[in-house]
Amino acid sequence: MNRRPETPPAGTGTGAGTREEAGAGASARVRRFTTAERWIHRTTAALMGVCVVTAACLYLPSLAALVGRRALVVTVHQWAGLLLPLPVLAGLASRAFRADLGRLNRWGPHDRVWLRAVRRRTPGPRPAAKFNAGQKVYAAWIAGATLVMLATGLIMWFTHLTPLAWRTSATFVHDWLALTVGIVLAGHIGMALGDPEARRGLRTGLVTKEWADREHPLWRP
Amino acid sequence: MNPEHPEAREAPTDHPQERESHGDRDRAHGRDRDHEHDHGRDPEQGKPVGRRIFLGTLGLGALGVVSAPVLQRGLEGFLGDAAQKDPTGLTGLLPNGGGFRYYSVTASVPRRTARNYRLTVDGLVDRPTSYTLADLRALPQTRMVKDVQCVTGWRVPDTPFEGVRLSVLLDAAGVRSSAGAVRFTCFDGAYSESLTLAQARRADVLVALRMQDEDISHNHGGPVRLYAAPMYFYKSAKWLSGIEVTEDVEPGYWEKRGYDIDAWVGRSNGRDDEPTT
Repeated sequence: MNRRPETPPAGTGTGAGTREEAGAGASARVRRFTTAERWIHRTTAALMGVCVVTAACLYLPSLAALVGRRALVVTVHQWAGLLLPLPVLAGLASRAFRADLGRLNRWGPHDRVWLRAVRRRTPGPRPAAKFNAGQKVYAAWIAGATLVMLATGLIMWFTHLTPLAWRTSATFVHDWLALTVGIVLAGHIGMALGDPEARRGLRTGLVTKEWADREHPLWRP
Repeated sequence: MNPEHPEAREAPTDHPQERESHGDRDRAHGRDRDHEHDHGRDPEQGKPVGRRIFLGTLGLGALGVVSAPVLQRGLEGFLGDAAQKDPTGLTGLLPNGGGFRYYSVTASVPRRTARNYRLTVDGLVDRPTSYTLADLRALPQTRMVKDVQCVTGWRVPDTPFEGVRLSVLLDAAGVRSSAGAVRFTCFDGAYSESLTLAQARRADVLVALRMQDEDISHNHGGPVRLYAAPMYFYKSAKWLSGIEVTEDVEPGYWEKRGYDIDAWVGRSNGRDDEPTT
């Protein structure tokens, strides 16, 4: 699994044997995500998708007119939101997932280099370990935003548990943060659409060595 | 944390040899943990920025809730002005962007026109009646301009409603002395509402035919909807088709789901909005 000093540079395709291989004749592939991690992502994505779609049906007039069924849509939205943190919480049982959370948390100097290069749109090295700085920012922000949405959502749901002024305020935050989350999620999905190999990593758990070396040069699987 | 690293990271070109040597050095420093991915650890070390962003987002959320009253007033003012000059209508999609929102509890609502619309008045009355749209238009019309306040928070200022006072229809039907409440049913097949008889007789409760000085459109509950000016807008049942005088108040659709029956704006549903009347 380790990259050895004698591993040839990316692109030669002769690195087989130093990394996990998938399928005969395919270029060398390395493990990026375990099965547990992929299911955490899948279930979280599905629940988030339900939240977004139901929110749109509650919120956008044209969709609301098309779908109606307000009480049902509200119930689905509430339960999807309530369940949304569960896959990640359950995932804490996975050692690989906990290790990746640690990787997302920790920032090295290369992360600042990455951010600067992206911000200035400069060509040249964009150093990243298993996760690049953008992915780290996204992960931390979406985790925080999800919990804020959950807390404000619960205040709106259980109206008699909190003082009334809280509810109006919670609605305000929930609405505007929902809009922000929608935009950021669109960015997240857009980035994934632009990178088939990254998607394959989440689908199969494996990515090509070339991709890993190009996108995540500091990552040593 | 590890002073050698910055330089190494500034030039992170693909030199496996170099990276391996870092790994060795780290191991020599005793930073490795007993983990199968040990060799990949050093670029993953550093400040816990992720945690800071996470906690910062939570903090901003809490700050947002605390400062929401001030922020909301400012935004409503700004967006209200912007909406006046916005030909795209996009501001209407923003929270507190102004305008009505479409709420329906059913999947689809049949359309009724002047040809097939009927409003029945029955229950504890001496003269059960059925009105066509033309019948309703022929009765004296009352117009009032007030704010509309939804229980979910949005408010539309100065909205004209026009129609027949509910009390006129009740008097025409002859309400019996045993009656105490009025129940409203709708041709969407699901929605219902109720008012006490005293509430229903108020001068600011209309069987509305026009809204914003136009015939009420289908999406706004047309051709005929209830308009209970002093109450949250869920009381103003859309697609009104039946008025039944009853003995006691029966909870309506949302009231069975936790909303207040006496839905005075600013004095119910745990809200403190400015009254609309």
